Amino acid sequence: MTVVTALIVFGVLALIFGLILGFAAVRFRVESDPIVDQIDAILPQTQCGQCGYPGCRPYAEAIANGDEINKCPPGGQSTINALADLMGVEAKPLDSAHGEEDVKKVAVIREDECIGCTKCIQACPVDAILGAAKQMHTVIAHECTGCDLCVEPCPVDCIDMVPVPVRPDNWQWDLQQIPVRVVESSN
Amino acid sequence: MSVATKAIEAGHIWTFPGGIHPPERKEISNQTPIAPLALAQEYYLPVKQHSGAPGELLVQVGDYVKAGQVLTQVGANNGLPVHAPTSGTIAAIGPGIIAHPSGLADTVITIRADGNDEHVALEPLTDYTQLSRAELLDRIKNAGIAGLGGAGFPTAQKLALQRPLDYLIINGVECEPYISADDRLMREHAQTIIDGTEILLHIAGCEKALIAIEANKPEAIAAFEALLDKHPQLALRVVPVKYPSGGEKQLIQLLTGRQVPSRGLPIDIGLVMQNVGTAFAVAQAVLQGKPLIERVVTVTGENVEKPGNYWVRLGTPVAYLLAQCGFKPEPEQRVIMGGPMMGFTLADLSVPVVKITNCILVPSSQELAPAQDEMACIRCGACADVCPAQLLPQQLQWLAKAKDYDGLEQQNLFDCIECGACAYVCPSEIPLVHYYRKAKAEIRNIAREKAKAEVARERFEARQERLEREKQERLERHRKAAEARKKAQAEAVAQGGDNPQDAVQAAIARAKARKAAQAAAAQQKNKEGDDA
Repeated sequence: MTVVTALIVFGVLALIFGLILGFAAVRFRVESDPIVDQIDAILPQTQCGQCGYPGCRPYAEAIANGDEINKCPPGGQSTINALADLMGVEAKPLDSAHGEEDVKKVAVIREDECIGCTKCIQACPVDAILGAAKQMHTVIAHECTGCDLCVEPCPVDCIDMVPVPVRPDNWQWDLQQIPVRVVESSN
Repeated sequence: MSVATKAIEAGHIWTFPGGIHPPERKEISNQTPIAPLALAQEYYLPVKQHSGAPGELLVQVGDYVKAGQVLTQVGANNGLPVHAPTSGTIAAIGPGIIAHPSGLADTVITIRADGNDEHVALEPLTDYTQLSRAELLDRIKNAGIAGLGGAGFPTAQKLALQRPLDYLIINGVECEPYISADDRLMREHAQTIIDGTEILLHIAGCEKALIAIEANKPEAIAAFEALLDKHPQLALRVVPVKYPSGGEKQLIQLLTGRQVPSRGLPIDIGLVMQNVGTAFAVAQAVLQGKPLIERVVTVTGENVEKPGNYWVRLGTPVAYLLAQCGFKPEPEQRVIMGGPMMGFTLADLSVPVVKITNCILVPSSQELAPAQDEMACIRCGACADVCPAQLLPQQLQWLAKAKDYDGLEQQNLFDCIECGACAYVCPSEIPLVHYYRKAKAEIRNIAREKAKAEVARERFEARQERLEREKQERLERHRKAAEARKKAQAEAVAQGGDNPQDAVQAAIARAKARKAAQAAAAQQKNKEGDDA
């Protein structure tokens, strides 16, 4: 008899807690960021395809499915470290098969040489090139991610990748940088 | 009236943590009245001399301009205008070295002076109370006034925030060693500063102003005491000598006991602060219509023969200014723009004096030893004792070296006012402030990159969506075209025309018949072969 009572009591308790948990699971559901979005947020969004995937989001999906995290040269080591933190894996050095880490660049069209073929416009993953057929094209510099994809399709090779110029507002304090100028004492 | 407000009214002076007492050395430059500086041959005017976007250019190379003529306008990006400091022709507009620690170039307007110093006609104002708030703010903005204390924040923008204000604080503390520009200005132009303060009160819709002066400027204090009886809205506060009591947050703490919240503004706690130089410039702009084309600059240090304060037109090259003051450079002479605590070494002496230049310091190597090599931190904790923001400079330094930006933000790096007190007391000569500045710039860069990546992602996704949509539309068009063709055929057949389907069927039948015939012929051949 006591066994039956115990079973009933525990059965009822289990039912009650089950209901509470079930209700809590629905009522207090936490919408977590899907892992692909989190990875995508870390990637530099240059959409350059150096990783072998057609853009940052496809690479994020590939990482979520177990691909290596060291295929992103524009992101460099800091991106690899952040990805390693997120995915709980060892940080590795950048896979040089996909390219080397480089300074940030921006595409510039030598406008007098442009023949207006629109090939670069079609190649640009972020629509940062403006122009029309047989009209001169130009790069919207602040939208350019420096992905390099427009250089190859250009039939007249009029696109240069130039390093982003250092201006006073994006200049980095360098500890030893302040040059000490020697002023001629004859003056 | 609350207890705290009563204490403020009674003139109670609170205190702030930390602080240092470096040698003041103001006597080198504060003995003589502010002297006018002879006109230079050429003036270099950077289009951006304040914090914010530059204005839009209004002049071209070859234009003749008069002193006070506006060279850039406010424009779409809400920049601050700059004005011609003297009459002459625009010789060039292009990159030139600006007064920035990086020594980098920015757009600079070069004016070749004609020596006549012809001014544009001013539009004085008899009664500013007749003008609306917006008109007064426009007048200040069009005069190109930015905070002359050092940060260069556009004054009109600061006043435009309409929030309830308890006090306007006029900062005449000038706590940094060597500098005496505000001191001399207060001694000689106390009445104009008071006029400016009243205008600022009127615009801000504030009842009361506190004028703060450090106790080491007795003449300036006396000048104000003599005048303040007639101005009940204004009260004088003498603050004890300590560096950096002239810092905005520190002075607020001294005068009101309130603390500006982290990453907040004084206006969040009902206060707004302006420098005495700014109050002077506001009075000139509003009452006389005079744009900001000159300011008081302290030229000091042991390596100038005539140290003192000078009325210097904006855009005057530092080299010219120093030549007028008897510059006797020693080997490896450093020229510092700003004071010894917060200033920076100039990369080139062709750099011009700009709106925020309050001092040119030319020290001998004995009075201000060049920076020594950094040694290891011995964890003495002296830096934490003197930090006026109650940060942990040592901790920040480790984190900055380790590039731990999250850690730096947790340690409130952005509350650092870069006063340099920690680096001043550091026995290991660690350039602490440099580490913080570098880390701050890096954190800002990362945030900027992040924002840019976000835009790139949106554009990429928008493009993908567009390509997908275009593909769907193309397929849809093809489908519709095929349907229309079929329909047209069906109609043609119904009207008794040739049915292309019949032709196809006939062709298929013909092909089948031909194949059957071929097969039959092959079979026949095989049979014959077998028979043979």
